[in-house]
Amino acid sequence: MNYLPGQTWSSQPAQHHHQFASASYNTDPSAHTSQPIVTGTSVIAIRFKDGVMMATDTLASYGSLARFMDIKRIEKVGENTILGASGDMSDWQYVQHTLDKLMLREQNENDGHILSPSQIYAYLARVMYNRRSKMDPIWNSFVLAGVDPKDGSPFLGYVDLLGTTYSASTIATGFGLHLAQPLLRKAVEGREDQIEEEEAKRILEECMKVLFYRDARSLNRFVIATVTKEGSKISEPYSVPTSWGFAEMLRGYGPQTQ
Amino acid sequence: MLGLQPGSSTVVPTSAPVGHRFEPYDSNGGSIAAVCGKDFCIIASDTRQSTGYSIQTRYKPKVFRLNDKATLATNGFAADAEAMVSRIRQRLEWYRHSHGRSMPLHAIARMISTILYGKRFFPYYVYNILGGLDEEGKGAVYSFDPVGSYEREFCRAAGAAQSLIQPFLDNQIMFKNQHSTPEHTVPKPGEMSLPDVLKIVMDSFTSATERHIEVGDGLEMFVVRTPPSAQGEAIGAASVDLKAMGGVEAVGGEDEQEEGAVMVIRRELKKD
Repeated sequence: MNYLPGQTWSSQPAQHHHQFASASYNTDPSAHTSQPIVTGTSVIAIRFKDGVMMATDTLASYGSLARFMDIKRIEKVGENTILGASGDMSDWQYVQHTLDKLMLREQNENDGHILSPSQIYAYLARVMYNRRSKMDPIWNSFVLAGVDPKDGSPFLGYVDLLGTTYSASTIATGFGLHLAQPLLRKAVEGREDQIEEEEAKRILEECMKVLFYRDARSLNRFVIATVTKEGSKISEPYSVPTSWGFAEMLRGYGPQTQ
Repeated sequence: MLGLQPGSSTVVPTSAPVGHRFEPYDSNGGSIAAVCGKDFCIIASDTRQSTGYSIQTRYKPKVFRLNDKATLATNGFAADAEAMVSRIRQRLEWYRHSHGRSMPLHAIARMISTILYGKRFFPYYVYNILGGLDEEGKGAVYSFDPVGSYEREFCRAAGAAQSLIQPFLDNQIMFKNQHSTPEHTVPKPGEMSLPDVLKIVMDSFTSATERHIEVGDGLEMFVVRTPPSAQGEAIGAASVDLKAMGGVEAVGGEDEQEEGAVMVIRRELKKD
């Protein structure tokens, strides 16, 4: 059989000319996430007296279409850690799967050790950096929050598709970085150890309301998750009252239908 | 979108599809600087991490203690910097296991150079300044570019405010553009006392904070010196009471550490 130089196809049945030419292999470029498709918007989180608190809405958008209205964007990772995600929702579900496997592997060791929030964070950060280094990023910004079960110290960290990491007493992703972060800093910075659980909840609710007013990819249906040394809990989805009175005289949104 | 040209049977693309390539780098702002004296070295950085106009955090260290005689400052893309520092630390640990002593400063410098050049075609986007004491106990500063070119110097600034800090250090540390008069002789570079250099470093960063939006929040100054206990009678840099200036023991890097060998002094910078 005469092949042209570089020819990889033939109308004839495959002839194996040498031992290592395998029968078939995929020559397509492997598929990388080149842009997010179904996306979640902001994650916001703060430290408070007894631990950390985080909020996300339950929307997953398909471009400007509000596609899925009941998506979980905060999940527990073990008993003392929660993880919130913005960005691509299929990548987020892949990461959940990856972390589930990690936690299961660790549990099966049965060595009396459970991964602390900072250890899960280190693992996740390395996964994210490794994928960006392969030019195959996991298209998310994550906020990981937890309380160390051993010494009770709170943890709040961020990691994104570039593998960039940081810790702070207030963290916001996406639109929240521009709209909520200044409000959170004003409310929290320097008073981390004075804020009671109720106040922390009020601060986050206020920010979720502001985000709902101005982020077109957000929803007034959100969850708030809390981690203290007693463990973690994620609320049922709920809404906050909004007022559109200022729009009474405006056309385009508000009470008028046309 | 494809468009048909009138009177032509061939399809001519009138606009290319909007392709978006993943950009694997970011620039995280901040600045670093190092100055050495006869028997000490100061390695400093601000503690702000930013992207574009957004402050990500007000405290993210950019200076890392490697061992009792070497401290590394990093600046550029924070994720690359962290990955690089953990690789360097692992290599230093292996060196200790096979040689039973810490890697000397000049060897760390060459190692960093090869690690950087090893990624010549997908570089660590990081500017490094290595400071510490050489094998004779003299202060030393090594500065690198992102692909491994390096040289030994008396002082170096890098990062967002390099263009603000370096000329100041050239004048105040290297005595550039200063001329001797009959009454006053310009001193030689690299012989200034520890407290004087600390003051210059602090002024460098407060000035950079005033004039550069990416610099601010906090200042960390690592002081590497032969610790007071190692000498009979404390002289030179060892006689300076850093604890009185708010200095605390620097942690991280190799476990074996002598008290007072690497200390860190923290100061507030403006947060706007």
